[in-house]
Amino acid sequence: MNGQKRQNPFPLPSEIESAPGAEGWEAMYPYYTRFRPEDDQRFWFYNSMHFPEPMPAFDVITAEVPYSGMGAYTTRVFAFPTALGIDHRILNGRVYITANTVTDPKQVESRLAIFQERAGYYYENWNRLYGQWRERLNQLIVEVDAIKVPQLPEFDDPEVVSEARGIAQNHYVRASFHRCIESYSKMWHHHFEFLMLGYGAYLVFFQFCKQAFPEIADQTVARMVAGIDVLMFRPDDEIKKLARLAVELGVDAPFASNGVDNGDPAAMLAAVGSLGEAGKRWIAALDKARDPWFNTSTGDGFYHHHRSWNDDLTVPFSALPRYIAQIKAGKNIDRPTEALKKERARIIEEYRSLLATEQDRGAFDQMLGLCHVVFPYVEDHKFYCEHWFTTRFYSKVREFGSLLVRKGVLQDVEDVFHLHHTEVDLALIDVLLAWAAGSEPAGASHWQPIVEKRKTLVEKLKSWDAPPALGPMPERLEDPAVQMLWGITSETLDSWSRVPDAKDANEIRGFAASAGVVEGIARVLTSVNDIGQMMEGEILVCPVTAPSWAPLFSKIKAAVSDIGGTMSHAAIVAREYGMPAVVGTGQGTKRIRSGQRLRVDGDRGIVTILE
Amino acid sequence: MPADSNDSDTTYVRHFGELSLKDRPTVGGKGASLGELTQAGINVPPGFVVTTAAFERFIAALDADESIRKIIAALDPSDLPAISVATATVRERIETVPLPDDLREMVSTAYRGLAGDERRAPVAVRSSATSEDSAAASFAGLQDTYLWVRGEEAVLHSVRSCWASLYSTESVSYRLRLKLPEQNVAMGVVVQRMVESLCSGVMFTRSPVTGDRSVIAIEGSWGLGSCIVSGEVTPDKFVVSKVTGDISKRTLSEKSVQHVPQAESGGVKVATVPAEKQMAPCLADEEIIALADIGKRVEKHYGSPQDIEWAVGQGRTSGKDIYILQSRPETVWASREAQPVAAPRARAFDHVLALLSGRDR
Repeated sequence: MNGQKRQNPFPLPSEIESAPGAEGWEAMYPYYTRFRPEDDQRFWFYNSMHFPEPMPAFDVITAEVPYSGMGAYTTRVFAFPTALGIDHRILNGRVYITANTVTDPKQVESRLAIFQERAGYYYENWNRLYGQWRERLNQLIVEVDAIKVPQLPEFDDPEVVSEARGIAQNHYVRASFHRCIESYSKMWHHHFEFLMLGYGAYLVFFQFCKQAFPEIADQTVARMVAGIDVLMFRPDDEIKKLARLAVELGVDAPFASNGVDNGDPAAMLAAVGSLGEAGKRWIAALDKARDPWFNTSTGDGFYHHHRSWNDDLTVPFSALPRYIAQIKAGKNIDRPTEALKKERARIIEEYRSLLATEQDRGAFDQMLGLCHVVFPYVEDHKFYCEHWFTTRFYSKVREFGSLLVRKGVLQDVEDVFHLHHTEVDLALIDVLLAWAAGSEPAGASHWQPIVEKRKTLVEKLKSWDAPPALGPMPERLEDPAVQMLWGITSETLDSWSRVPDAKDANEIRGFAASAGVVEGIARVLTSVNDIGQMMEGEILVCPVTAPSWAPLFSKIKAAVSDIGGTMSHAAIVAREYGMPAVVGTGQGTKRIRSGQRLRVDGDRGIVTILE
Repeated sequence: MPADSNDSDTTYVRHFGELSLKDRPTVGGKGASLGELTQAGINVPPGFVVTTAAFERFIAALDADESIRKIIAALDPSDLPAISVATATVRERIETVPLPDDLREMVSTAYRGLAGDERRAPVAVRSSATSEDSAAASFAGLQDTYLWVRGEEAVLHSVRSCWASLYSTESVSYRLRLKLPEQNVAMGVVVQRMVESLCSGVMFTRSPVTGDRSVIAIEGSWGLGSCIVSGEVTPDKFVVSKVTGDISKRTLSEKSVQHVPQAESGGVKVATVPAEKQMAPCLADEEIIALADIGKRVEKHYGSPQDIEWAVGQGRTSGKDIYILQSRPETVWASREAQPVAAPRARAFDHVLALLSGRDR
């Protein structure tokens, strides 16, 4: 509105213009993701944590589906008293979100009764229900893998007749694609079945610690809660096991630093395969480790280009030579889990003993105990959901892409990710119709120009500097549920709204994830597959670290990531290695260039570009 | 040589290594505390205490008929001019009448032992009050401190100046007003090697800001600690977690001045800090961590949060040359009653239900 006092530091959604050269980007996304006039009245922030890049059309499914699952669980299933779900909008390819809250005390009251009963049921039966959850996820992964993408050959299979199926395979083109999308949706519902409740337990303990120890670091609270035997370390452990086995079996020569075509997994594999029985045994062990442990994403599963180790063996195969060399040098490369457990127990005990009263100690034991019940889910669900399931899901979508390529609709398998899933649906209908009609699909001339245009758009949108927030800034953000869902506090808003001064130009802020201050040379890796470029003692600057990055950590001095909080993979691994880390900078990989000298302040969460 | 008599009444000089808190009545609070720290294995600059027995011996020699104490006791507490005249005479006598030879020799020997090869080694000479009452202690000359005292003669003179401070106008009028018996007046005098500190400061084994017992707050600046105490400089501040050893906060300040020892004349002077050092942290990370470690040990030894003075000497190499000059119980937060932050609930998850209920805020 005109005449409104405008101390507001953030632009309104309606004031933002299309990024230069990216006019018409709106057509990439469904109508319901566009900002509406009334959205100017609401406060939005850029979800750079999950969506640091412009969204390819297909990838908006990673906003649409999770928000549908999350909102359903908070709004409709558990009925969180003060929190509803999240609305999302896309602007210049970036995902902006806002949380809906309940403020009417009467409504809060009626939701509370439901919430207490339903959330209580899950907390009370956590381990049993989580056991069921794991089985369901395993099953869902089997299901998505088992989806058959019809090949639409010239003549349908003879079994259609001999078994009198009565349904031709073009029917299954659409049905299979729908099953694929459905299973993805189910996965995200399961994802949020436990997650909010898990975070709730953490939030309670976190707030207690902050009150009892006002100066405790966030990362220290995280250390008390974090598990030691968590799945995220397993993929790296498997590489270590394979390294050990290669040495035991005497098949390590191809992995020597001057070995066969170092860095090329196929060449290494062939060389090992030629080493007789021992070589075969090693390859059998590798195959066993690959399922499921190499289903680990090189990102966090929010973009189609986050491929898994199984899609590309570069990461594990570039870690193997180093582990083998260390083993042969007599080094113990295992994670010191016993020592880590002892250290966690010591930290917990010391804080406990510093509490002022017996009452506090009683509450501390309860809250931390609950965290230790729920945290295996919080930590391990990612492997099942974002890594294992999601990378299998994308592989399946690629099979549909491949069908579209074979039918001449698309030029490249990866082009399928430039279509929204409803558009893929349309393209598939086109194909299944044409197959039935014995004619050619119309898709080539329709979709190929669209794909080309969108490739350019996504490229252009990359250079857009997304404002961290839009719309009128709320006066305070103190609702714990909102903080929990958004991970954003009043302080975050303050830091966003501050006008950067000259000194800040070289500063990048993020979460202080692991303590310590070091200086060193930056190495910006946008993909973990570039792991080979990393030199000993450099500072890793990356978009996000997932378990697949773990092999790098024994080599680096500090870690900086665009995405993640104090409980993110990079944070946890950095703490284990005792190296400084700043995570969730949002823009580290954009503003830092390889070779620049950096100071990483893991105490305050600041990265300074020194030169 | 330390006096080897076991009879503390006639032991005029006692070394830190043989003292603990229970020796307070004969060596005063400061001396007893430094002894206690030394015995606990904390790196305290070496020193000794001239005991109350030495004071008694001197006063006995000086004042065989106890006329000093009688004259003082007879003064009218409200007659400040009379007190002023009488105490001036007494102080002059304490500072000028020759010390008994045996006493003089014991203090000199102890100083020579402390100085070692460096014959005119600098020491601090401070009064060490025996009274538990802090107000009384301060009137008894607790503030009396002579820094960078060099050579036997100067040390002996400073000891006597400390004794004389018991007879300052303020001190005497205070005793008269409270009707404290003159016979009980006594003090110890601490003689301690000076650390020519590169930097120095204070350390609290709980946060002075929030009372958080899980952190150690360290403040430090270049040169001698007197500069921070006098408020002439804003110190660097560091916060260290007691539990993880992480340095969670660093606030660097512009430290433009420092106190340095006056070479020959004794005492300290104000000097400008070289420009390149003004914004530089006065402590290296290893030193911050080493200091915090010492803080933890001292707190553990006393069983309560402490307020500690520290210094880093010229031989600073990765957390080595660190000294503790003094430790006192923290009093500000200790005086507040601890309120529980939370209490146990029927079921652990009730905490979550309460937090997310929209009520419990």
